[in-house]
Amino acid sequence: MSQLQAATTSPATSSRLSSWSLLLNNRLATGGLIILGLIALLAILAPILPLDDPNATSPADRLQPPLTEGHLLGTDQLGRDVLSRLIWGSQISIAVGLAATAIAALFGSIIGLVAGYAGGRTDNVMMRGIDMLMAFPYILLALAIVAVLGPSLINALYAIAIVNIPFFARNVRGVTVGLVSREFVDAARLSGKGHASILFTEVLPGVLPVIVITMSTTVGWMILETAGLSFLGLGAQPPQADLGSMLGEGRRVLFTAPHVSVIPGLMIFALVMSINLLGDGVRDVLDPRLRAGDLTRPRSMTRLERRSKPEPRIETDAILDVQGLETSFQKGRKTVPAVKDISFSLKKGECLGLIGESGSGKSVTALSLLGLVASPPGMITNGAVYIEGEDVFSRTETGVRALRGSKVAYVFQDPLTTLHPLFKVGDQIAEAILAHRRINRSEARSRALELMEKVGIRDAKERVDAFPHEMSGGQRQRIGIAMALANDPDIIIADEPTTALDVTVQARILDLLQDLRRERGMALLLITHDFGVVAQVCDRVAVMKDGDIVEAGITGEVLADPQHAYTRKLIACVPEIGQGKAFLEGLRPLFAEKQP
Amino acid sequence: MSEPAIVVRDLVKTFGGNRSLFGGTSHAVQAVKGVSFELQRGETLAIVGESGSGKSTIARMLVGLETPTSGVMEIEGQDAAKLRAQGSQVFGRVIQYVFQDPVASLNPRKTIDSILDVPLRLLRGHDSEKRAARKRELLDAVQMPTDTLERYPHEFSGGQAQRIAIARALAAEARILVLDEPVSALDVSVQAQVLLLLDDLKHEFGLSYLFISHDLAVVESVSDRVGVMYLGEMVEMETAQALFRAPGHDYTRELIASAPRLNRAAE
Amino acid sequence: MLGYIAKRLISAVPVLFGLSVIVFAIMALIPGDPATAILGAYATPENVERINRDLGLDRSLPEQYFAWITNVLQGDFGRSFRLNRPVLDEILERYSATLVLAGTSLVICSILGLLAGIVSAVRQFGWADRIITFFVLIGISMPAFWLGLLLILVFAVQWRLLPASGMYAIYGGGDLPDLLRHMILPATTLAVVATGVIARLTRAAMLEVLRQDFVRTARAKGLDERTVIYKHAFKAAFVSVIPVIGIQAGFVLGGAVYIETVFQWPGIGQMLVNAISTRDILLVQGGVLFVAASYVLFNLAADVFQALLDPRLKS
Repeated sequence: MSQLQAATTSPATSSRLSSWSLLLNNRLATGGLIILGLIALLAILAPILPLDDPNATSPADRLQPPLTEGHLLGTDQLGRDVLSRLIWGSQISIAVGLAATAIAALFGSIIGLVAGYAGGRTDNVMMRGIDMLMAFPYILLALAIVAVLGPSLINALYAIAIVNIPFFARNVRGVTVGLVSREFVDAARLSGKGHASILFTEVLPGVLPVIVITMSTTVGWMILETAGLSFLGLGAQPPQADLGSMLGEGRRVLFTAPHVSVIPGLMIFALVMSINLLGDGVRDVLDPRLRAGDLTRPRSMTRLERRSKPEPRIETDAILDVQGLETSFQKGRKTVPAVKDISFSLKKGECLGLIGESGSGKSVTALSLLGLVASPPGMITNGAVYIEGEDVFSRTETGVRALRGSKVAYVFQDPLTTLHPLFKVGDQIAEAILAHRRINRSEARSRALELMEKVGIRDAKERVDAFPHEMSGGQRQRIGIAMALANDPDIIIADEPTTALDVTVQARILDLLQDLRRERGMALLLITHDFGVVAQVCDRVAVMKDGDIVEAGITGEVLADPQHAYTRKLIACVPEIGQGKAFLEGLRPLFAEKQP
Repeated sequence: MSEPAIVVRDLVKTFGGNRSLFGGTSHAVQAVKGVSFELQRGETLAIVGESGSGKSTIARMLVGLETPTSGVMEIEGQDAAKLRAQGSQVFGRVIQYVFQDPVASLNPRKTIDSILDVPLRLLRGHDSEKRAARKRELLDAVQMPTDTLERYPHEFSGGQAQRIAIARALAAEARILVLDEPVSALDVSVQAQVLLLLDDLKHEFGLSYLFISHDLAVVESVSDRVGVMYLGEMVEMETAQALFRAPGHDYTRELIASAPRLNRAAE
Repeated sequence: MLGYIAKRLISAVPVLFGLSVIVFAIMALIPGDPATAILGAYATPENVERINRDLGLDRSLPEQYFAWITNVLQGDFGRSFRLNRPVLDEILERYSATLVLAGTSLVICSILGLLAGIVSAVRQFGWADRIITFFVLIGISMPAFWLGLLLILVFAVQWRLLPASGMYAIYGGGDLPDLLRHMILPATTLAVVATGVIARLTRAAMLEVLRQDFVRTARAKGLDERTVIYKHAFKAAFVSVIPVIGIQAGFVLGGAVYIETVFQWPGIGQMLVNAISTRDILLVQGGVLFVAASYVLFNLAADVFQALLDPRLKS
């Protein structure tokens, strides 16, 4: 949802331009557009093209094969010109498909908008009705409707439109509900807007792309299904003919003159395929996730594109030694560095805090250490990460995997999204053990239980079979820590481990990490945005800004006497209990000189 | 002097618990259990609590985004429900709200100009000339450049977007602002600037703030009085100085003890 | 789990009730007089009145509905006047033929669709992905009734490999191999579109899941790529594909209408098309209700299966 919003924000004019060029960049979509354009052009020009009368029968010339003189595509069982009937039939099929789409889109969108906006009982009643329509197998309902109305093209059109209303209603309602729960709708209400105004000026613009996407993906279907009804003899009635009824009539002479049925079928296929190609293109342009290339599959390890080849092995007493690390992101054709030439080291049993504001590159740094930055678009463009003197990136992928979770373990920010939602927590911990050790399952399970007790989960015996969603945020993060401890790692990399938690829970989790570290002599790399957390936990601190480390040193010294202007400002901006209103007064001179 | 800006008595909000179509009763959650407080004019009253304490629910009820289950809410001496019944136009002139996530509170498809235009037109009824002048003044007040108007929300950082959202709230010329975690989505240096801005605006326009937050240190730096909420109840309400010097309730003590400290003057 | 199944079953009751009302209403709306349709040229006022009384058409609509649904619940769908036999007997006979065909198709398209989707996602932008994407595109754009005709032309007329129509050979058939031979063409035709849709959505679901944080966690644990993809990612993707398979069952059941007509398969789809053109109302009514109700139950089974794999859905 949020992504849909994010990408549909650019100013209307420029986005329209870029949308067109994006669409044309897509070769398949362009192909679809060209084929569709040609067919549509023929269909529109039907009245002025030099064609025979599509309904003029000529029993003497019946079932002529294609390429006969005067009948390029031959004639049918009544001697009518197939080419002429094909072009006129396409006109009818396209018109019917478009009309059905328009009807379905109009009614479906209104239902979806109203249900999604009103919510509560209105929503319930309307969507129950829609569910009822959807409870029928797709074409069956259309058949029943035609049975009532009687076979004819217009009735087939209505039937197909009605059957497709639920698709629009559901899609539109889904997006509307998402938009209505967003704060800008509340804000508009507080600005004095009424319901109708909110629905049409705030919500509708956000829903439009979805309507367009649904239209472009269903119009092909509707043409196909209307043709299907005509094929069964329930749509267009003679002498009127759409592509479907041509096919249906041609079927009777399938064995003697296959061209009569094969040609209109081919036309339906070409029509639907070109529309689908175009529809996919439209969807890709309007659905920002696809545009951003987000849906490319990430590799198992970040791509390595190092400019220079560092020593694979060095002498060092640090357990983790990062030298000149640079991680970049591919943005279009450009490569933009997010972490620039940073170096730091971590000794056995030590805790280093990596602090910075959003966009400083601290999380990318943490993920880079074992090649966990999603790739594409990420890649390691320079530097080395030495663990016990051995460069991680000089190892094979299998070699890196052997480090992950055994010598170096991660604790991530939000345990609700970082734990697998469909596996029991005990199994997830056991799996971490089994990935590196050859022990049997029951041993792994009892070890998992021990770990859960170790990280302070009460009644671990019952919780071992719980799913992540059945636990509180604090408990989930304890599971995350238990999983990290599974193979007695030497280094734990904790990426904002307490940011999603309440302060009282945060305090307990930090205490736990601290105790475990002391007890097991682990080194801890703590990524955070909170100087308070650093002050409480870390021996040393490195301050990051725009992908650089601007200052590093002993925590107490940096806090007491920051050297870099940015560090000074950052520390001054942290309010502390006991300061009271003096805090703001102290800040005033800091921001006084530079007003935008 | 005159009556308080906001009076809340025995406010209760229960979520769920409705009878469904087939007789089952869904699980009821009491988010707010009989809370009472007053916000004096010109005062900043902070309500602190952790997630699930019910603090945001109170804020949302005050501005009519939720309906209370029972209890009394008076805004500038008038019953909130009656005030709202007079239409969103009347209501919005009395009390305004600033959201936690500034980017989400601005419609991504509208320019800042049209976002600021709505309250000026609907709530103040200014003509277009007056509106243009007011927009410039408002942007000036929140320290944003005038070319802001032609741009779209996504072109701004979180801190800038929050300034714009504050400008929108100011446009209504309401004297009471409910600030629901206005700085918690922001980086610490940006947070400091927004806090300073809020402080300046309060004095410049004589506003009263109801400041909802989970961050004790932030609360202490801006508020006159502080109410502490825990599981839907107001466990303690004190002046900021007294509360932080000598917290009365166990939970308050735990909160204060849990807050990470810098210990700037390292020993 | 049992409680959840019971809850879902209870929630299906109003849906089934709604279905029956819709089906009844549709038939009640049919213009023209069933008595005239039945009697044709022999309609005399007395006969019309007698037939109307026999069919209960002289009573109010709610009364008619009540009488009809009471009978239906007792298994009495009325008599088909064209076939002169009980509607239920005809439906059961036809429906079993359709189930054999549609069921086989559904199994084929689920397996092929899931496999193709996974391969396509794992080998994204590779050759396998391109080939699969190409066939998927052809599949979802293909008019099934036309594909059926083409297959008949090629396999039955040109190469004489497979029978063009029917369910069993007229002479000497009737055993399982005979049935399978007859089923190859229609089942394939019916499966093509649904395979394309399932493959496409499986691919999208896999790619979506592979971007999730918990996949990164799995990698951070040091799991090998196979476990990450086939255990962690696939389970999450599969859960989101199950409802799609449920919906495809509806398309397959509906598509059977065309395929049975093309291949002369003696199923319920063919029966419905004939019944509509002969205006055999009770047969249409019973057939539509029967198929729709079984589809509701199938989707219910899909929901339960999904909840079995995803415990979050039970709460």
